[in-house]
Amino acid sequence: MKLTGAEIFIECLKREGVKTVFALPGGVVLKIFDTLHQQKDIEVILTRHEQGAGHMAEGYAKATGKAGVCLVTSGPGMTNVITALADAYMDSVPLVCFSGQVPTSFIGNDAFQEADNVGLSRPCTKHNFLVKDVNDLAATIKEAFYIATTGRPGPVLVDIPKDVSMAKAEFTYPNSVSIRGYNPTYEGNKWQIKQAAEAIMKAKKPILYVGGGVIFSGASQELLELAEMTQIPVDMTLMGLGAFPGEHLLSLGMLGMHGTYQANMAMHYSDLVIAIGARFDDRVTGKVSEFCPYAKVIHVDIDPTSIRKNIHVDIPIVGDCKTVLRELNQILRATVNGEQKDLRKPWWDQIREWQQAHPLTYHQEKDGPIKPQQVVKRLYELTKDRDPIVSTDVGQHQMWAAQYFKLAKPNRWLTSGGLGTMGFGFPAAMGAQAAFRDRLVLCIAGDGSIQMNMQEMATAVVNKLPVKIIILNNGFHGMVRQWQDLFYEGRYASSYLDTTPDFVKLADAYGAVGLRVKKVGDLDAVLKEALATDKPVIVDVPTYPYENCYPMIPAGGCNHEMILEDPPELKKKQSGAAKVTPEDKDTVLTA
Amino acid sequence: MEHIISVTVENKFGVLSRVAGLFSGRGFNIESLSVAPTLDPSMSQMTIVTSGDERIIEQIVKQLNKLIDVIKVVDLNETEFVSRETAIIKVHTKDADRAEALRIVDIFRANVIDSTPSTYTIEVSGDPKKIEAIINLLQPLGIKDLVRTGRVAVAREPVRPVAMQAKKVARD
Ligand SMILES: Cc1cc2nc3c(=O)[nH]c(=O)nc-3n(C[C@H](O)[C@H](O)[C@H](O)COP(=O)(O)OP(=O)(O)OC[C@H]3O[C@@H](n4cnc5c(N)ncnc54)[C@H](O)[C@@H]3O)c2cc1C
Ligand SMILES: Cc1ncc(C[n+]2csc(CCOP(=O)(O)OP(=O)(O)O)c2C)c(N)n1
Ligand SMILES: [Mg+2]
Repeated sequence: MKLTGAEIFIECLKREGVKTVFALPGGVVLKIFDTLHQQKDIEVILTRHEQGAGHMAEGYAKATGKAGVCLVTSGPGMTNVITALADAYMDSVPLVCFSGQVPTSFIGNDAFQEADNVGLSRPCTKHNFLVKDVNDLAATIKEAFYIATTGRPGPVLVDIPKDVSMAKAEFTYPNSVSIRGYNPTYEGNKWQIKQAAEAIMKAKKPILYVGGGVIFSGASQELLELAEMTQIPVDMTLMGLGAFPGEHLLSLGMLGMHGTYQANMAMHYSDLVIAIGARFDDRVTGKVSEFCPYAKVIHVDIDPTSIRKNIHVDIPIVGDCKTVLRELNQILRATVNGEQKDLRKPWWDQIREWQQAHPLTYHQEKDGPIKPQQVVKRLYELTKDRDPIVSTDVGQHQMWAAQYFKLAKPNRWLTSGGLGTMGFGFPAAMGAQAAFRDRLVLCIAGDGSIQMNMQEMATAVVNKLPVKIIILNNGFHGMVRQWQDLFYEGRYASSYLDTTPDFVKLADAYGAVGLRVKKVGDLDAVLKEALATDKPVIVDVPTYPYENCYPMIPAGGCNHEMILEDPPELKKKQSGAAKVTPEDKDTVLTA
Repeated sequence: MEHIISVTVENKFGVLSRVAGLFSGRGFNIESLSVAPTLDPSMSQMTIVTSGDERIIEQIVKQLNKLIDVIKVVDLNETEFVSRETAIIKVHTKDADRAEALRIVDIFRANVIDSTPSTYTIEVSGDPKKIEAIINLLQPLGIKDLVRTGRVAVAREPVRPVAMQAKKVARD
């Protein structure tokens, strides 16, 4: 029997196990929407902006480990979703985005709402396709899902002209895919793995540096075994949080620009860095020429381009984390004995000393302004038994969330690391909530970032996605203000938000629930009230505006040279500035 | 250092822009690039002349391999290869110059492929040095037009693609 392109599209999605599509219609995709409307297997969540649809698909993907799917129209629909594609590309999120295109006979004529979708998305997708013939549609969709979810995951775009969605073809879904130019390597080279095992046995000051790759690979169990067996401390990247239990004795927390003191010191003084599914980003390496000066480097990554891109690697292993770690553990199981513990005792003594010297700190006065760290800490303590999924926006609040919200398991952490996309948090949380209707999903947001995709509150209310948004409202683009205080002599060029909406009323206007924490003493009660609500909630928490996030390695600085607290001049200034209310615009601007 | 990279790609629309976009987006050099179909009509062959230090060339090769439409990448500098470039040069020639032009053509084993009362169109192929040399000699006569193909190259013996070699190198 012949099916229309739109019907083929739906049959393919069903076979890929897609349950939810985040979408916004337009002229050239109407046939697809019309067909979706007449079936029950796939839920369509209508968003208010295509960027929202893209981030929702990302949140869905990160929480489930499966490909997220979004559907947008040509022209402006496509340009709106680009930010989400770029975000997914940087953070290796498996995504399949379908875009509508003008009919094939119109392509290239500057037709109404025409855009070169394939050209626009080329630099920010893993691969993309323009389907010119309905007979190619099914095979192309199969390839798109295959490419998005295998190897190093990433976003794939499938551009479908209007006439292709209307034309008919015989439907057959291929059972398998074979692309001669695409064969990701999963098995690590055995000889290299043996070398790695030997280096691990010999190392006196080893450190595991683990990233998002461990989560994509589902290798947390193997990582735990490796770390416990060898008693090697674990540093996590921002994207790797949750890959290893945050409360585990072997965990040193996050490393990098805003990482913990012990995580960065251990990295710097290590004699063997074991990088697993991490890509030596500049937020982690700092000044490359002085990065880990004493260490040999083992690097396990499925993408050969990640290896030796930024730093020299002594033992490269191209392969999947899970497969490689299994093999590595097998070798180590046969060789590890009590000796390693003794060999590394001085290393652990040193690490514990670092830990005690400079733990993460902040000072919350009893009746003083609310400190953002206090909010994250209490939120963590109040919710950890419920195994929540946590998303963040981008800025200081993101870093505090990374530092104080200790995740126990993978796929609980949704954050934009590579692109650093403000406005990511709320829609990503909604995508995760759409995948897991019964779970607790939190969004730790900034007052600046939340305004970038606020419109999706309508989507959350209509689709009953009871995300709990906690806004750390400092009245500033706080991360920008921090840099201005540290490096631009406190000139707050366009970082003061001047006026923000009344978030409580705004929630109310959307039919969600709005709550405000007026003083630190009310924090627990208000958070508990929010957590007990079964609707989307915004908790507006006005926080101390001048709190800075530490430790901090200035861009291009060295990992062992962290700023640990406000420099003296800044402290002095702020003791006066603290009295300024954010409403007092003139004083703030001249502060 | 200059490298000649031979890339076998799917013969599909848009592949050239993927490769070109990779070079421009990542700030890699392209000195020349030539593309043409192969014996197998489903594939095309690109020869890319580029330059960079070892780390950059390694990234170029890996990034090319990462493109889904790229089937095989060979860094010809890793092996022995022969390469050629063709230039078509139109020179202004009057009177005595015409004889001089023909002498140069003869020395360089070039061919005159078109002739008008005031011009010769000369075809020459060889390595870049030879082409530079003939251009230098013809310049005083007055070059009206010059087009060059960019280099094409082929390994003397069959070689394995770089992705597989990289693994071997890593083992050594
Ligand atoms: C304001 C701000 C501040 C930041 N500060 C920090 C900071 O202090 N510390 C920090 O760490 N980051 C920080 N980041 C994030 C940083 O920019 C990078 O996004 C992050 O460091 C990258 O994490 P990753 O190395 O785990 O790589 P990811 O981006 O998660 O990449 C994963 C790697 O694993 C590989 N991989 C994928 N799948 C597999 C598999 N199956 N098997 C093997 N390998 C696989 C991929 O090829 C890739 O190389 C910050 C971001 C922002 C916005
Ligand atoms: C889309 C986008 N635009 C600009 C930036 C640059 N930027 C990084 S953090 C930040 C401030 C974020 O402010 P807010 O959301 O209030 O978070 P805070 O730092 O105050 O916690 C800005 C503007 C960005 N990351 N993303
Ligand atoms: Mg803010």
